[in-house]
Amino acid sequence: MTKADAAAAILWVGATFYALFGGADFGGGLWDLLAGGPEKGARPRELIQRSLTPVWEANHVWLIFVLVVLWTAFPPAFSAIFSTLYVPIALAALGIVLRGAGFAFRKSIEGLQGRRAAGATFALSSVLTPFFMGAVVGAIASGGVPAAGNGDAFSSWIQPLPLLIGGMFVASGAYLSAVFLVGDARRAGEEDMEAYFVRRSMVAAAVAGAFALAGLFALHSEARYVFDRLVAEGLPLVILSGFCGLGLLAVLLRGGRRPLRPLAAGAVVAVVWGWGVAQFPYLLPTSLRIDQAAAPDPTMTVIFVVFAVAAVLVLPSLALLYTLSQRDLLEGEH
Amino acid sequence: MPPLDPLPLAASASNLLAARELMAFTLAFHIVLSCLGVALPATILVANYLGLKRDDADAMELARRWSKAMAVTFAVGAVTGTVLSFEFGLLWPEFMDRFGSVFGVAFAIEGIFFFLEAIFLAIYIYGWKRLGGWAHFWSGVPMVITGIGGAFSVVAANAWMNQPQGFVLDAAGKVVDTDPLEVLFNPATGYEAPHMILAAYMVVGFLVASIYAVGMLRGRRDRLHRLGLLIPLAIGCIATPIQLFVGDTAAREIADHQPAKFAAIECIEETGDHQTEYLGGICTSDGVKWAIPIPDLDSYLVGFSADTEVTGLNDIPADERPPANTLLHLSFDAMVGIGTGLLALGAWFGFVWWKRRDIPPTPWFLRAVAVSGVASIVALWCGWIVTEVGRQPWIVQGYMRTSEAVTEADGIWFAFAGVLLLYAGLGTTAILVLRGMSKRWRAGEDEPEGAPYGPPAASEGAA
Repeated sequence: MTKADAAAAILWVGATFYALFGGADFGGGLWDLLAGGPEKGARPRELIQRSLTPVWEANHVWLIFVLVVLWTAFPPAFSAIFSTLYVPIALAALGIVLRGAGFAFRKSIEGLQGRRAAGATFALSSVLTPFFMGAVVGAIASGGVPAAGNGDAFSSWIQPLPLLIGGMFVASGAYLSAVFLVGDARRAGEEDMEAYFVRRSMVAAAVAGAFALAGLFALHSEARYVFDRLVAEGLPLVILSGFCGLGLLAVLLRGGRRPLRPLAAGAVVAVVWGWGVAQFPYLLPTSLRIDQAAAPDPTMTVIFVVFAVAAVLVLPSLALLYTLSQRDLLEGEH
Repeated sequence: MPPLDPLPLAASASNLLAARELMAFTLAFHIVLSCLGVALPATILVANYLGLKRDDADAMELARRWSKAMAVTFAVGAVTGTVLSFEFGLLWPEFMDRFGSVFGVAFAIEGIFFFLEAIFLAIYIYGWKRLGGWAHFWSGVPMVITGIGGAFSVVAANAWMNQPQGFVLDAAGKVVDTDPLEVLFNPATGYEAPHMILAAYMVVGFLVASIYAVGMLRGRRDRLHRLGLLIPLAIGCIATPIQLFVGDTAAREIADHQPAKFAAIECIEETGDHQTEYLGGICTSDGVKWAIPIPDLDSYLVGFSADTEVTGLNDIPADERPPANTLLHLSFDAMVGIGTGLLALGAWFGFVWWKRRDIPPTPWFLRAVAVSGVASIVALWCGWIVTEVGRQPWIVQGYMRTSEAVTEADGIWFAFAGVLLLYAGLGTTAILVLRGMSKRWRAGEDEPEGAPYGPPAASEGAA
């Protein structure tokens, strides 16, 4: 493995964490959006609020990590992506601002109307943001971003594959979130909420699976290079993802509660790495390879050191945060 | 390394102006929040420490309130900071393409600090009820360290843009080798980073104190308000004299290493010794109008002697001079003027405290503190105008022009208009939310209970 390949792997590790934890936070917003009127939706919203509040900002930092590693280790790829896909990227940025601000404001703002407006802003932008992020990823996979940058601002991503991947991002976030919330409801002893999110886990799993299947067909016609590798080198990961997804459905249908989170996470992780394996050795299929975009070696060394420090300091700190949060030592209400 | 020939202009002048305005506006908005992220944790921990050590309920209450306010400002700061990292690619793709591998290392390190700050901030903010007193206090200490480390890394990246080093270019201008340590510890980091970190402590100190000064002027003279004024004010007043020393050093370094910026700041038209220092006024090509001139002082400030030669704009090629000299000059004067005023405020406070262990017993002192918060933010903005506009027309001093870096994308003015509206709403709502929190605290209420936006009765009924 070259230094550039290792840096690309680090990029994918960051993307994996963001897909898991950032994705679940977006999903929380989707369930908030669909929870119904103030009275009907009060309890699921309360549960979502409790489990998101202490962790969403830390989870958001994975996005910053991915951006920084991309522009430092592979500057031409970063530049090409941003100069081509600026429309969905700017819309995702807008969504990030509205979502973070809406979430922070809605618990402290004066008056029911203000809280509803802030809450609706949070919930709606929780759906739009991952959709546009997915569209960006889909556009990259389909070869919509030329290595030289400045590709077409619209036709690069308004295609079946990017839009399907956008939908898949929204659905898989909803799926992860619902599964995580099953555990949270169980811990809080709220049996009806547990059943509520079990039902939603199953629906979301089915929808995410449908998007993934449709995405495979679109991949076949729009991103042949990626498709061919996905069903060859990436096949074990595709099978793993399907196994995890179906396994989770089986556990839920039998009324089981274990192991839910590992299966849900496994399904998403396998997709992220399947995408990576299928693109390899390209960052932008099929115009820019990892080695062509790579920064000089000393810069890569910094990326490795930063990653090592992250592994030693950030991951245990995150584990501490999640542990405190899961043991209800952090109050989400304030 | 010699500067490269300027590449042909890649984008229209209109895009350049729009991108610069958009970047400047979003940065000005974010920088106030980032000051809160850097320096508010230490301010909170001082109150928390006093509360624990002296069993002081008022100090504890202040720490608790400030940490709840920080939950809001940190969230807004996190998203507006994310916008800036998006803007690097959206507005300046050529800059990132050519130099991302060089100065990106500073941001990679910043990422770690930001990560740790977000994690421990969450533990601290949400750990009030269930973590034990001192364990809770210590969970907050990493925020202070990571805030300072994060500010250092980000400012190191900016310092590198002012005094770039630590990279090798090939004949085509492509970066073929880097030296990350040289990038991080470029000469400008040495003064820019401490200048910004101290600025953050000043902004937070005076801003928080000013809120309590307003409360005291409105007759709320309880111990909580007194303490709420004293703790942050002491922090601001300690940071100020150090800041003036660091700033003075920075100005001399800029005179040495960025003569074009310095000449523009000081409105120096002709190179020479015995340079006059102009306070205020308007820079024109026939000299400075309506200023207070102090003969020889500029030369003296640069080299401790009136015989010091200072470079004038006449020795800078016309296409390498910063635009808007009057803006730079007045921004610099406003920053130094406000800093000096805050130093005087600190001296007044320090003297009276030393004599009588009390706040100066006149409403004029409270009025001065009440304006010090906004004044310190104005000084902060002025300092960044000097740094950033003063570097123009370069994005990387001597290597890349801002006009070469800008995007070819359409609709930047449209985006700028949208962002203005968005941030106006964001800023207004944030202030309303913070004021609402303060009103509830005064009324003795806490956060609204129940579901995020369901009626409280419904959630109580269900739970």
